[in-house]
This record gives sequence, structure tokens and C-alpha cells, in this order.
Amino acid sequence: MINTENLSKNFNQTVAVENLTLHVDEGEVFGFLGPNGAGKTTTVRMLTSLIAPTSGSAVVNGYQVGQQDTEIRRTVGILTETPGMYDNLSAEYNLEIYASLYEVKDPKGQVEKYLRMLGLWDRRRDEAGMFSKGMKQKLAIARALLHEPRILFLDEPTAALDPEASHLVHDFITDLRKEGRTIFLCTHNLDEADRLCDRVGVFKTHLLVVDSPANLRSQLFGRRVVFHLLNSNETMASIVKALPFVHDAKVVENKLLVSLDDPEAHNPEIIRALVGAGADIQFVGELRHSLEDVYLQLVKNA
Amino acid sequence: MNKIKTIIRKEWAEVFKKRMVLFSVIFLPLFLSVLPLIILSTMGGSNVNAATADLPAQFQQFCKAGMTSGECMQYYIVSEFLIMFMLIPLFVPVNIAAYSIVGEKTTRSLEPLLATPITTSELLAGKNLASVIPAVIATWAGFAIFAVGSLIITGGGALAAALLDPMWLLAVLVAGPLMAVLSVNFSIMVSSRVNDPRVAEQLSAVIILPILAIFFGQIAGLFVLNSALILVMCLVLVLVDILMVYFAVRLFQRETILTRWK
Repeated sequence: MINTENLSKNFNQTVAVENLTLHVDEGEVFGFLGPNGAGKTTTVRMLTSLIAPTSGSAVVNGYQVGQQDTEIRRTVGILTETPGMYDNLSAEYNLEIYASLYEVKDPKGQVEKYLRMLGLWDRRRDEAGMFSKGMKQKLAIARALLHEPRILFLDEPTAALDPEASHLVHDFITDLRKEGRTIFLCTHNLDEADRLCDRVGVFKTHLLVVDSPANLRSQLFGRRVVFHLLNSNETMASIVKALPFVHDAKVVENKLLVSLDDPEAHNPEIIRALVGAGADIQFVGELRHSLEDVYLQLVKNA
Repeated sequence: MNKIKTIIRKEWAEVFKKRMVLFSVIFLPLFLSVLPLIILSTMGGSNVNAATADLPAQFQQFCKAGMTSGECMQYYIVSEFLIMFMLIPLFVPVNIAAYSIVGEKTTRSLEPLLATPITTSELLAGKNLASVIPAVIATWAGFAIFAVGSLIITGGGALAAALLDPMWLLAVLVAGPLMAVLSVNFSIMVSSRVNDPRVAEQLSAVIILPILAIFFGQIAGLFVLNSALILVMCLVLVLVDILMVYFAVRLFQRETILTRWK
């Protein structure tokens, strides 16, 4: 669906994007993460044929960026960083304009479909300028979907939204994913990326890493299991540490923290060893690093 | 073509909600059509009906066959206002066109618009026509009011024939729209390069200066407008318009507009 090969963009002497090589599969939700000024929006603009790459190549939906730009724009949807609605026109007319520009076959029907889907039908005759930020964002999402694109670029879809509106947008992205659409999601919201994305790419002018959030956690921090014990002590840590599949075990307050690669396979053996040593186990759970930990670690090392 | 129509409708829906724009489109043409009628009407009561030979030389050159000296003077004064009909197509679209690009920038609506499959030529054609059409309609409507009014006031005859002769029809019906195209493309060029609609409007107004030069040139007696001069003006305008459209499209750099506008 999206393939880039050494895609680069310079603005005079400033390198905005450097040698980006990326592959996003059909139906995948791909999170594009990076700090402000990392080049995320520039990348989206290149992939939606809004600006031309300085070098390298990209193919989006089978069309070559820089050569088949109109076809790309016709077949992808984009939610820009700011909704950019025509504030003194009605919500319905805003969408009708774009339905016409995207040459939608049944413009009225499509406008109604998405206004209803996003809960804006009753407010369709209101000027977009009267809408809250969340409603404008929903209207902008509707605009991006009118022509039923198979690839959707979402640039900070929940920026400046309250938790309720963010939740609605998340649900909507989940629904779009179920429809098999490919979603390229630029976001600062790492919790959002963690919940929604199949894979994430951490980007800072160039791509630092691409993988699923779970694999990134595992690669950077390994997996850790926490055993809550009534009577934890260093002896128990030593017993567990002696097991061949355990990388590390240490006692922190009443908890025994164990690092290992495959908790699903090896937890029962650890529990047997602990019970055999007289441990009273209260709870067992996996200690999850957040994607934020992963992100900060990667960006710090970049 | 549908995309161009969509842009035109969108521009009109947006811009005519602004009362000042609506006022400028309606008021100026109406004012410039009614004012010469008032002059015609008030001067018509004067008793200057002597032979044209008694007139000073600068008035005599305006006299057409069959006119009295009073009609010559009326024609001289009213013809200065007729030049103003060439000013309307320059002035009216500035308000609309200056807002067209920079207004999209201030509302941040240009990026989603440029992300659609619309071409630069279609976008600029839509914005051009959205500004040119109201200006031309306003000018022609104003001139129609003037034409009907002058026929009623003068009761036809040599003066009415002079006021509605082919030269003025050429000026209003042909030169006017060409001037509107010139004005709009200049405004779009300015609008593509600045960040503030007010600055765009002020800079775009510079285009009015050449027509003011014609207006004051005729008053100062430097030249007298005639059919040949207007025809030459039309031909020059066609060439200038082609160049303006070319440069407006060339200067509309999507990338520059998207990346340098803050």
C-alpha cells in the first residue's frame, strides 16, 4: 500500500526527512511517532503528493509520488493537522464542496452517510465555525472519508481534543481498521498509538525503528513479571535467578521482579520453584513498559 | 469543469456573506451610474445651446455632429464618468480576489483543498471566475442603468448617441472584463505571496493606478479617448491578461504556500 525507498526532503540547507525506507501493508494501522519538527507532517505531505520529495521514491496505492500525483490525491484521504473548515459555511455544504472536488458519485448520499456516522447530522445546517474543536475534527474526518479512500493519513487526529472526543475518534479509527482500510497515523499521543497501531515507526528526521509496540517493549526492556509475595527475600530471588531461562531477578519491597523472554511458557516453573521454597504468592502479573518509555528511550539515544 | 463550478460556488457562498464585499460590489457601480445621470439631469436645464464654435478648444474636441455647445459640455463631463466604468472591473474584484488565497491560508483550509485532485489551473480558474463574474455583471448592470437613464433624460438625440456610441460599448463590454481579469490575476499573485488579507487588498489596489492615469490624462487634455485607442487598449489587455494568467499559475507554488506560510 505504501512503499518508500530512501525518501528525502530538504528545505534549502535543512534536512526535514532523510532516507526514509518504509513499507506499510494493506489494512494496517501504522503509527508514525516522533518529536515536534521530526518531519512527520513533511512525510505525510510527500506521501499525499502535496509536496515533492527532494530525492528517493515512494509508491502509494500503486501510484508513484511525483509522477501520478492527481491519482494519489484522488485515492487517499487526509486529515490535516488543523481541520481547516470553511467556518461561515454549513457543515453539510463544507462536505458537499469536497464531495464534488473528489468527484464522488453520490455526493448527497455520502455526505449524509458520514454526517450520520459521526453524529453530526442534526447539526448539518449549522456553520462549521459554531462547532466545538471535537465536532470540527469529526467533520474533517468525514471530509477525508467522503470518497472512500483505501488509505487514510491522519495527522494528529486527537490533538487538542477532550478525552470524550478523543475516545470517539479512537473508536472511529478502530471501525475503519475493521473495514480493512490502511491508516497512517501521525501522533504524539503514545497511548493512542499503543492501543490503535499494529506497528509503529519512531522517526526523528530518519527512521529509528519500526515494529509492533509489544516487540519494541520486549526488544528494549525485555519482559518482566512481578510476583507479589508475603514473605519475599533474597534467597527466593537467588532460587529464581538460578533458573536457566531467567535473565535477572531482584526483590523490591514485597515484590520479586523477574526478567525473562517467555513468561507464558516459564511462569509455571517459577511459581513451582517459589512455592517449593515456601513462598506465599499473592498475585502474579506482567510489568508493562509503556510505549512512552520505549519512545523516550529511542529518541534519547538517537 | 465541475470542479471549477464548485470553487466558484464556494467562493461566492463565502465571500458574499461578508457585508463589506457585498457593499463594494453593489455600491460603486450603482454610484457611478447614478452620479452621471444626476449631472445629465441637472445640466440639461441650463441654457447653453449656442453653436459649438463659441466653446473653448478643449471642449470642442469632444463635440460630435449635431450637438449643441451645452450638449458638448454635458458629454465632456459625463464622459469622464464613463471612464469610471473601466475602473469598476478593476476595483470590485480586488476585494474578492485578494481574499481568495490568503483567506484560505488564514483559515488553514488551503491544505485540505490542495489535497484533493484539483489541478492548480482548475483552482485558479475557479477563483478567477468567482471574482471576475461579479465585477463584470456589476459593471454591465451599472452601465445598463446609465444607458437607460441617459436615454430617458436626454430623450435620445445626438448626446444619447454619443454617450452610447460603439467606443463606450467597446470600453465597457470588452475592455471592462479584460481589466477585471488583469486585476484578479494581479490580486491572486499578491495574495499568493503575502500572509494578511488586508495587505493583499492594499497591494492589489495598486492595479487601479493605470486607469486613474487615463482618467486624469483625459481631464488634463493629454489625450482624448477614441475607438482606435480603446481597441488598442483591448489588444494590449488581451496580451497582458495572458501573461498575468501565466505568471499567476507559475507563482502559485503549492509547496511554497504550504511550507512557508506560518
